[in-house]
Amino acid sequence: MIHCEDVLKSFGDKNVLNGINLDIEEGQIFGLLGPSGAGKTTLIKILTNQLIFDSGNVKVMGKPVNKLTGEDKKKIGIMMDSFGLYERLSCNDNLKIFADIYGISHSCISEILNYVGLGEAGKRAASKLSKGMQARLKLARVFMHNPKIIFLDEPTSGLDPQSMKAIHKLILEKKNMGCTIFLTTHNMEEAAALCDNVALLNEGRIVECGVPEEICRKYNHQKTLSMHLASGEEIELPHNKEAAEKIFELLKKGMVETIHSSEPNLETVFLEITGRKLEEA
Amino acid sequence: MRNSLIIIKKQLKDTLKNRTILIQFILFPIMTLVMENAIRIEGMPELFFTKLFSVMYIGMAPLTSVAAIISEEKEKNTLRVMMMANVKPLQYLLGVGIYVWTICMIGAGVMATGFRGRDILTYMCFMGVGFVISIVAGACVGIFSTSQMSATSLVMPAMMVLSFAPMLSMFNERIARISQIFYTQQLRICLDTLSLDSIEKETYIVMAVNIVILMVLFCITYKHKGLE
Ligand SMILES: Nc1ncnc2c1ncn2[C@@H]1O[C@H](COP(=O)(O)OP(=O)(O)OP(=O)(O)O)[C@@H](O)[C@H]1O
Ligand SMILES: [Mg+2]
Repeated sequence: MIHCEDVLKSFGDKNVLNGINLDIEEGQIFGLLGPSGAGKTTLIKILTNQLIFDSGNVKVMGKPVNKLTGEDKKKIGIMMDSFGLYERLSCNDNLKIFADIYGISHSCISEILNYVGLGEAGKRAASKLSKGMQARLKLARVFMHNPKIIFLDEPTSGLDPQSMKAIHKLILEKKNMGCTIFLTTHNMEEAAALCDNVALLNEGRIVECGVPEEICRKYNHQKTLSMHLASGEEIELPHNKEAAEKIFELLKKGMVETIHSSEPNLETVFLEITGRKLEEA
Repeated sequence: MRNSLIIIKKQLKDTLKNRTILIQFILFPIMTLVMENAIRIEGMPELFFTKLFSVMYIGMAPLTSVAAIISEEKEKNTLRVMMMANVKPLQYLLGVGIYVWTICMIGAGVMATGFRGRDILTYMCFMGVGFVISIVAGACVGIFSTSQMSATSLVMPAMMVLSFAPMLSMFNERIARISQIFYTQQLRICLDTLSLDSIEKETYIVMAVNIVILMVLFCITYKHKGLE
């Protein structure tokens, strides 16, 4: 559905994207992870034809992005951080405008508002909504015309955990309906929870990509077990025979309070590959 | 065209909620009604306030409102959302233009209550032409600026010159001579005589030059900046 080949983009003499290769299949959620300034938004803008790239090949639904017709564009939904709402207008009116543009009946508006949990807020002005509600209204605007491909630029950044969960649920439901979803985030938990595939982007390069669990397992070199003992002591043991015997002893004596195996998460993988933290500002 | 109608509908809904723009639309029509009915001075020309405020209305309302509408949509990126939904830039501009022109014509209709018979028609003609020119000027500013703030700072001086020069030229010869080059001053002259037959050649020329300059300016800004 989405295909990128050697995409280069620079602003002035600053190379923001240095040869991006991606292939995203239909019906999956793809997550682009990276710290602030990695070039995530830039890549989404390129994929949605809001920004011209310097060289390379970008195809969406099998066509070069700048060749998409009006009909094709109606199959795409985009939510960018910067995309605003008509603040003085009500939720209903905000959606009505786009229902008219897409040529869908107004009757689906209350339906979609209910769907994103804004059923009660239809008459309220968009500026009077909380941040989480505004995010859901923007999602309603994206989902309204039932797009086949959905691009979401940091859909949950700055939201409370509850709104975040609500939005995750909506995104997963869309996937189950067969949509292809491309999202960016710097929250690795979000990526692990939602995405079928992720790519780690750092300084304009994809440093790793694949299924989140597999990436984590691949970087699981340390393979240690950490234990919290009844005595209050913290110990760490490698994965080997001697350690197994020691653990056996400790368990038998009832000394073990908690026991964890160290599985790297996307956060630690990223740190290992790049020496940078995902969430660092 | 369908998309332009959607824009017009959206703007109509916004009219009553957007106070800064609403004031632009109703200020001069109301002032005209009040002043014409409240103030009578011996020897004052007939419909003095109507004609004075009409020119100021032309120079202010369409210019500021078009610039404010476009620049706000650019600042909030709602315009980008429209474009992504396949609304064409010219459809958008046409929608905003028609909306502002219509509202201003309604305002002009209120201001025309002092005229009688054919004069109303002639008056509305002049006003309609003036609004179109100002709307193009406002669109230039709106397209050029990326935020409402920058739009306001550009609109202010333009508005001052266009709407105050014709007024000041009543009292000052020098200003009168300079302000002749602006379409608002020419429209003021037209409104004074209020006859389509007695329009001077000079008026036609100045108006044409103004229109051409603004059109060129519009094309240049549009080509360079687009609506992004
Ligand atoms: N229009 C522009 N002109 C110049 N530089 C730009 C422009 N847009 C982005 N950049 C630069 O490109 C780099 C990548 O920006 P981008 O917005 O893609 O990062 P991001 O990964 O989305 O970050 P964040 O997580 O903060 O949203 C940044 O260093 C930024 O300064
Ligand atoms: Mg970003």
